Amino acid sequence: MKTPPEGLGRQLWRSIFRHRFEDLPRNRMLQITSSVFLHLHPATVRRHGLRLRFTWGMGGLSFLTFLVTVVTGVVLMFYYRPTAQWAYIDMKNLQHEIPFGMIQRNMHRWAAHAMVILVWLHMLRVFLSGSYKAPREFNWVIGVALLVLTMLLSFTGYLLPWDQLARWAITVGTNMAAATPFLGHQGPGASLTGVTERTDLRALLLGGPQVGDPAILRFYVLHCVALPLMAVLLMAVHFWRIRKDGGISGPPPPKGE
Amino acid sequence: MSDATKPPVATAEPSDGLTTWPHLVRVEFLVALAAMLVLTVWSIVLDAPLEEAANPNRTPDPSKAPWYFLGLQELLVYFDPWIAGVVVPLLIIVGLMAIPYLDRNPAGNGYFTLRQRPFAIATFLFGFLGLWIIPIVIGVFCRGPGWNWYWPWESWDVAKTVDLRNVNLTDLLGIRDATAATWLGGLLLAGWFGLGGVFWLWQRKSLALLQLGAARYAIVAFLWLSMAGIVVKMALRLALNVKYVWVSPWFSV
Repeated sequence: MKTPPEGLGRQLWRSIFRHRFEDLPRNRMLQITSSVFLHLHPATVRRHGLRLRFTWGMGGLSFLTFLVTVVTGVVLMFYYRPTAQWAYIDMKNLQHEIPFGMIQRNMHRWAAHAMVILVWLHMLRVFLSGSYKAPREFNWVIGVALLVLTMLLSFTGYLLPWDQLARWAITVGTNMAAATPFLGHQGPGASLTGVTERTDLRALLLGGPQVGDPAILRFYVLHCVALPLMAVLLMAVHFWRIRKDGGISGPPPPKGE
Repeated sequence: MSDATKPPVATAEPSDGLTTWPHLVRVEFLVALAAMLVLTVWSIVLDAPLEEAANPNRTPDPSKAPWYFLGLQELLVYFDPWIAGVVVPLLIIVGLMAIPYLDRNPAGNGYFTLRQRPFAIATFLFGFLGLWIIPIVIGVFCRGPGWNWYWPWESWDVAKTVDLRNVNLTDLLGIRDATAATWLGGLLLAGWFGLGGVFWLWQRKSLALLQLGAARYAIVAFLWLSMAGIVVKMALRLALNVKYVWVSPWFSV
């Protein structure tokens, strides 16, 4: 007996999802393992890993705020030119002329601030629950790198509005680079290496001896391209390793189970 | 209950836990939804700051770094920029990364416990709260013109001049000769970190130190004494107006 031809709707569904939707154990597994996004999760989780009392939800929320900054950040890039001549004017336009410009900017900034706090709290939770212990040592190291990247992302974005707050905060921050031993012109050992305010580490960061046009462009490129790429790469490794290191951490299962 | 007596339901869970779909994905979705709601309301109610246009010729007083770096800026009160802005951040990053390789205590892996790892948790919380969060709160709310202390309810219009005649520790000890001061200051600092060696000689037979081994212990002792040293220097400044502990022709600590 011939089977009836497959309907268009079913063919379309099957071509995208590769499995049926019926709530069967097998489909629950496939729902995770056959999705490029969800497969960063393991197919099963230990019961306590669902409890917000254990995870505080901080890792996931850090990722969510990152996604918010990516989406709103791309929108903001349409309206922003990274030059001293235009940057501030574009900010004013964004706030007063562009429809929904203000809320895009607000969400970008508040999500970024929230992300810094959430990442700190995530680190605190992981420390307090001892989740960095074997076999998860190296994922903690990657996590610290992501923490640094988060703060650098926030710091490079801080300059871009090109208002007084931005310019002087970056001046204070990057002045530290001028104090680096041997590599900064105000640091100890500067006379040994002969660096000047035009050739030292701060000049490398700012593209000159002070915060100006080249600094805006450098921070813009770092903020919108280089640092997000690094963060995405490390996040992929960070999430993948959670699964590979045995899923979310937890107490050893009670004996006799 | 044996497997034979279980009803053969279609949604039976694996014995080691729950299926991620739908259990974890549902929690994540609901938390994300709540977070987006908070963020949206926050963004409607509160506008991101935008001050007047950048002006290279007008330096605001105080010039504050972004709030998450104010802990480091606060350290500038007590240390030269190369320590507060370069050495300390590097030590924080390297020290954090080293934690899993230094903490050999197998207890408390995957659950919250204070009793089974008091030293690790006390040290971390002291660093996190005492040396990072509290200085940020001070930097954000209590620092005004000239980086002087202004309570949040105090007006910045009131000029504050703080008479700080800071002196070096060796001056306090009555050493006038520069070379002798350099030697004494260097010895004091070496002695501070030498405390780690003394403690090793005293306690090397203890279980905790045997577990660590000499190399790990040396790193732990160095990082821990560095952290405590920051507090000691703060105390010396606040109590005795000490500017430097160690003055040398090349750099001072």
